[in-house]
Amino acid sequence: MAGGAATGASVTTDTYAEARTWLLLPAWAVLGFFVLAPVGMMLVYSFLTKEFRGGVIWEFSLAAYDQFFFDRGLFGDEAPKIEWTYINIFWRSIWQAGLATVMSLLIGFPTAYFIATRPEKVRPIWVFLITIPYWVNLLIRTVSMKFLLRDNGPLNEFLMSVGVVSEPIHIINTNFAVQLGLFYSYLPFMVLPVYASVERYNFTLSEAAADLYASKWTTLRRVLLPTVKPGVIAGCILVFVPSLGSFLAPDLLGGAKNFMIGSLIEEQFKGSAGNWPFGAAAAMILLSMVLVILMVFARQQAKSGKEAG
Amino acid sequence: MKTLLKASAAALALSVAAQGASAEGKLVIYHWFEYMPQELLDKFSAETGIEVTMDTYDSNEAMLASLKAGGLGTYDVAVPGDYMVEIMANEGILDEIGDGELANIGNVTADWADPAFDPGRKHSIPYQWGSTSFMVDREVYDGDISTTDILFNPPAELSGKINMLDSQGEVLAMAAIHMGIEQCSQDRDKLKALNAMLTEAKAHWASFNSDTAKEVLVSGDAAVGQIYDGFGAKARAERASLEYAFPKQGYVVWMDNVVLLKDAPNRENALKFMDFLLEPENIAAVSNYARYGAGVKGVEEFLDPELATLPEANPPADAGPGAFIAVCDEQTQAVYDQIWTNLKK
Repeated sequence: MAGGAATGASVTTDTYAEARTWLLLPAWAVLGFFVLAPVGMMLVYSFLTKEFRGGVIWEFSLAAYDQFFFDRGLFGDEAPKIEWTYINIFWRSIWQAGLATVMSLLIGFPTAYFIATRPEKVRPIWVFLITIPYWVNLLIRTVSMKFLLRDNGPLNEFLMSVGVVSEPIHIINTNFAVQLGLFYSYLPFMVLPVYASVERYNFTLSEAAADLYASKWTTLRRVLLPTVKPGVIAGCILVFVPSLGSFLAPDLLGGAKNFMIGSLIEEQFKGSAGNWPFGAAAAMILLSMVLVILMVFARQQAKSGKEAG
Repeated sequence: MKTLLKASAAALALSVAAQGASAEGKLVIYHWFEYMPQELLDKFSAETGIEVTMDTYDSNEAMLASLKAGGLGTYDVAVPGDYMVEIMANEGILDEIGDGELANIGNVTADWADPAFDPGRKHSIPYQWGSTSFMVDREVYDGDISTTDILFNPPAELSGKINMLDSQGEVLAMAAIHMGIEQCSQDRDKLKALNAMLTEAKAHWASFNSDTAKEVLVSGDAAVGQIYDGFGAKARAERASLEYAFPKQGYVVWMDNVVLLKDAPNRENALKFMDFLLEPENIAAVSNYARYGAGVKGVEEFLDPELATLPEANPPADAGPGAFIAVCDEQTQAVYDQIWTNLKK
């Protein structure tokens, strides 16, 4: 994504150098108000004392982080052990989101490639078709998915009528249903950035590789993929990050039998627990994790950018 | 483009007109979803000239969180369940209804005039009441269903086909009833046993879902589902093989109540609205819509005759006692939270 912008950026800087501060002011104001302020509030809340049934008492406390990492038994008075509950919940969410990302990549990449290789005139139509499901609310799409997947739903009826299976496949309330739901919710986030980079790809490079006796597989691996890598990474991030915090798909398709990060945090604010500092702490830990992952990606991208240059 | 402009101009004109009509002031209601027939709100507006706005929530706890996070001063009335009235009163976010401020307060039936969760009805009036138990699909299982074993220790036919409400209060209250221990028990052995029993029972459950509690039963995804009685009546209308159970161990009863919120911006109108809902004809319209009981004298003649014989609202003679969800103290609540987290980890 950032690869082609380098030359463009230097030009804009020169042209608007004088007005730069003023032009950026609205963007800074929006960032400050909608990103920094809420995150700062969350950080502060995570270090406060919880008030019974929601709310905080303005006294410094590490109780929220203590609860996350240490297990003190059912009554909170045993010797502290390492608390695996929340680590497992985080790990489960990462695993689910990771699988959903892999599924999106496996389906999204060929789709993007297909669109990018259509005649220029019809490409916008394909892109438009990809975005159509986005006009419908996510909740409604997830509920519809539930209708489709259930034991006596259309999918199973179809599979049984054509004789692929004799018993309905049990998909609903399984982890696979959650992955499918996440994949379905966020697929366009994969297709669009990958499409944007494949579209810029110079297909004569593939021809050149073929002329030099590279097989199709080698061309894909050593020519196409390295060139469109920024788009693929952007797509993976755009699918992985929202999947990690989502709670609609786990609740509706997975049956909410196990907490995911999103539902765990939701429970602290909207559930009986009413433990705002703990919810804020869990959110901060999630945020730090995502930041680390993004930094690893960014560093890799910078490295590959250097190699390419 | 032109038609679009015209349409938006018309919409603008309409909204301006609507604002003009609010001479009598406003009323802002914070209410459960799908729990208030629109015609009744229209009738209230027509009678009083008060413009009504309604926001909705999907759980008592979500409503409390939103009010504590800055919703006070926005809403005039809310509709918390029994235990939540007590919690909100303890939190000091309810206003007191003075003597003589409600002309129709005498319409409340004797049973509900002085409930334990709001002694003397200082903050609330009855809205609807009913029970929370569970339904069983009789096509799947035709044995005895009047026992909480169906939920917590089910026969093989039902294992893996059970939907529980995704609500700590409802699940833990029912579990305590099942084990015959008092709610919010502080006895450590009993709490440990409760924790162990729930962990074992979970292996039999397919899902936790409140919003689609009715839908999973109607579609046949679940053969057993924890559900509110009125919701259950609606489910049975769509799938005749569903039967609502009144376990001999007991079941949960609840009452939703209209409360006057602290710092209500339109206190006078809120009281008018409460008086309006204490008119038998009006509250009967809610019962006819929601299929729950009313708690107001003289509603019978306005009720849908079917409600009187509704199997979901009329427990058989051998049913166990109904119990409200208890309000735990902070320490016990912390253990309950831990049990709930253990259950869903």
